[in-house]
Amino acid sequence: MYRYDVVDKTLVDERVAQFRDQTRRFLAGELSEDEFRHLRLRNGLYLQRHAPMLRIAVPYGLLSSTQLRALGSIARRYDRGYGHFTTRQNIQFNWPKLEQVPDILAELAQVEMHAIQTSGNCIRNTTSDHLAGVTPDELEDPRPWCELIRQWSTFHPEFTYLPRKFKIAVTGAAQDRAASQVHDVGVHIVHGPAGEPGFEILAGGGLGRTPIIGQVVREFLPREHLLSYLEAILRVYNLEGRRDNLTKARIKILVKSLGLEEFRRRVEAEWTLIRDGALRVTESQIAHLRSFFNPPAYRSLPNGEPAAGKSTAFRAWYRYNTAAHKVPGYRAVYISLKKPDVAPGDITDTQMELLADLADRYSFGEVRVAHTQNLLLADVEQERCFELWQTLDAAGLATPNIGTLTDMICCPGLDFCSLANAGSIDVAKLINDRFDDYDYLYDLGELEIKMSGCMNACGHHHVGHIGILGVDKSGEEWYQITIGGAAGADASLGQVIGPSVPKADVAETIARLLEVYVEERRADERFIDTVRRLGVKPFKERVYAAPIAA
Amino acid sequence: MPRRLLRDGVIVDDDWAYVAEIGGDSTAALILTFAQWQSEREAWIARDGRLGVVLQPAHRVELLAPDLARFALIAADFSGPSEGRGYSQARALRERWKFTGELRATGYVRRDQLFFMARCGFNSFELPAADIETAHGALSAFSWAYQPANDAGLPLKLRHR
Repeated sequence: MYRYDVVDKTLVDERVAQFRDQTRRFLAGELSEDEFRHLRLRNGLYLQRHAPMLRIAVPYGLLSSTQLRALGSIARRYDRGYGHFTTRQNIQFNWPKLEQVPDILAELAQVEMHAIQTSGNCIRNTTSDHLAGVTPDELEDPRPWCELIRQWSTFHPEFTYLPRKFKIAVTGAAQDRAASQVHDVGVHIVHGPAGEPGFEILAGGGLGRTPIIGQVVREFLPREHLLSYLEAILRVYNLEGRRDNLTKARIKILVKSLGLEEFRRRVEAEWTLIRDGALRVTESQIAHLRSFFNPPAYRSLPNGEPAAGKSTAFRAWYRYNTAAHKVPGYRAVYISLKKPDVAPGDITDTQMELLADLADRYSFGEVRVAHTQNLLLADVEQERCFELWQTLDAAGLATPNIGTLTDMICCPGLDFCSLANAGSIDVAKLINDRFDDYDYLYDLGELEIKMSGCMNACGHHHVGHIGILGVDKSGEEWYQITIGGAAGADASLGQVIGPSVPKADVAETIARLLEVYVEERRADERFIDTVRRLGVKPFKERVYAAPIAA
Repeated sequence: MPRRLLRDGVIVDDDWAYVAEIGGDSTAALILTFAQWQSEREAWIARDGRLGVVLQPAHRVELLAPDLARFALIAADFSGPSEGRGYSQARALRERWKFTGELRATGYVRRDQLFFMARCGFNSFELPAADIETAHGALSAFSWAYQPANDAGLPLKLRHR
């Protein structure tokens, strides 16, 4: 993985010093709350419901065991013993004390981590495919390009005060595991007409109040122009994005109001002016960044059948919680953070430390964060999966539910977030209580439930096969249900099935949706495919046909 | 008391005045609003004395391009702590339109923004009294930059190899 050189190290240390001074000035009354807000937000710090929330960047979801160990230690000493992984591959702490945040950042700097640009109206952490470099369906490893974008976007002098936040995702595989079509900019590694490497560039995707799927601004961009093209997009957005209305300030609204053609014309006009300037990416630059992502020292192994003859529990885990690896004899292993009685994405200090040790023992000392709020050990020998599973199982980290109904994406909701209208963690619990039969879950197959506590859509409900949105109805928590959304290469937005339902009815509503699916599905059809084939109507009719008994 | 500002890294008394401060009759170095420039362009051109103009965030730099040689100073106004268009205006003036005069940040300008502003091409800053003494340190808050912008002298990581 990428390691800091003297430049990265110096900059992160200087940022800690700067933020320490800003915090001191705020606590001394030299900065108003509003002035400090603009500074702390660009450093990942929210002040809200219970306590500050500090979001720490995990660049494109890659962590070393040393870093994960440090996060565990911070969770124990500065928080209440746990952290929360987010849909953008970052980690959040919900209980740090403001006065201690500079010290936390100083400790993070020692393990090459920071909270720079993890919130605020600036370019956020660049996210990517959690199977980058190991998945068989990949054209090219996107991580060197992610690192290039990370460096270009960090402390970008021109784009630190944008109209609104700006999120970039990069993928290099046929399957889109980074939700790139609902990002402000999606970068897809593609080959051009003559087989030359380059990028397809999407812009204007996003969720929130106005969900929109990103549109292709450029079908093929030669690779040396990646940064100049991004800079052109950002410049047009910085100057022309709306600043008068926070809910209309994302780039998706600009693209929509100008129209794709006019937006493209402006970007290309700007790009023409700068394309051959100092941002041109050289072969030596990218070769240098690639050198950090060379394959680890894989052993030469045959593909095996490690599940053969093992217990049902292991076989289920192996089937659902491991994924194909491009190197024979290896698997990518998911660590489910969706245990039924735990808030989705949460992990304790000791679990982090255990996983750091397991990463050292089984996966070349690296851990990855998936967009779906799970972790991965990406390079595990197939024949060692059984002993790894035994250890994970004992630690409550082997819930065999990846890709199934209970592998829910979920925002922190009313319990932790000052924006939320309604709880989401407790609804996740109600759903877990209702659907606790694994045979039924496995029979339902691939199913993505995504839940947000408000229309800011941090839980990506619009692109859930089943989406759940918390709404406030005269002080009570109600939930609007959508079906038919998807975040992958076939991205689509879900449709509302009808009136919202009270919290107590959410699980039964889902049960009725699934009844229709089970009755109507053809062969191996997934829930989402049945919805696409039949439309919302039969599902809607079933849900509202009879009142749900209290 | 004259306004103090940071220019080219040094705290100086401002040798420019806004029309609103001294009127338009003087031959002093005078900063116009964009509207004043547009409505009485010929009269201002005929006047003796150096001219400057303030761009508001929504003003397009291109509108000034044909007249750039007439201005010894261009200011970009920052309306509040979230305003960011001035950064792009500054880079366009310096890099696209090759403006070499004084480029001044006015309005909501605080020490925490100076590093970014300077990298976009601003070389003078109107700061509140509490910030002006510490501003020099803020200009060198970071000793490297990742990306090329409008500055010379700061070592660039992305060109390091």
